[in-house]
Amino acid sequence: MTTMTAQTTQLYSVFIRATPEQIWDAITKPEFTEQYFYGARIETRDRRRFTSLGDMEWDEEVLESEPPTRLVHRFTAAYDPDMGAEDPSRVTWEIEPQEGGITKLTVVHDQLENAPKTAENVAGGWMYILSGLKTLLETGKPLTG
Amino acid sequence: MDDDQVFKALADPTRRHLLDRLFERDGRTLTELESELEMTRFGVMKHLRVLEDAGLVVTRREGREKLHFLNPVPIRLIHDRWIDKYTEHRVAALADLKHELEDTA
Repeated sequence: MTTMTAQTTQLYSVFIRATPEQIWDAITKPEFTEQYFYGARIETRDRRRFTSLGDMEWDEEVLESEPPTRLVHRFTAAYDPDMGAEDPSRVTWEIEPQEGGITKLTVVHDQLENAPKTAENVAGGWMYILSGLKTLLETGKPLTG
Repeated sequence: MDDDQVFKALADPTRRHLLDRLFERDGRTLTELESELEMTRFGVMKHLRVLEDAGLVVTRREGREKLHFLNPVPIRLIHDRWIDKYTEHRVAALADLKHELEDTA
């Protein structure tokens, strides 16, 4: 049995058959996010990132926004009281076009030093989210349901 | 990026060892990774290259250092594509069997 402490810098990368603009829309517009982001409607506008999930709503600061290649924002796991009380961390979305209509999407979740519960919680989540995003953009259908 | 590259990258004990080391602690330099292996620096670089080509390892520059990060997404995609598909049936079959046996008991 291996015990591990969740990493304070986590990196997830996936190749998607889509344009950078399509990926940008899929991560900044609620009609897309609700199909792969645990049902959350997330809208990024006016330097804020607004999330609505069930009856919960919260927003985070956008630190950098360069459509359609780079988005950096604060991250608070407000969906859980314990995790939501931890220090905000940081999420960077990097969108890099490759050859042949493929785009590389990389998510770097860092500054998790003072958010150990969040660090542990998001690890599986990002994989699920990126796998779902890839399926949605490549097939037009959500991964589940 | 295709599944073949991921399967090939995983089909080597040294490369799986490197992934396990990064799983324990991410963001390591070549020098750190090399120090735990009975292998030349060049040999470790070659293995890391195969892992990078398969998308399982991603490197990033931080200051003067090149850090290696584990990217678990390709394994997840293989899981979704290959493992889920077959295990779901098995589990479902066992569940059906359980129901049948319990109903007739």
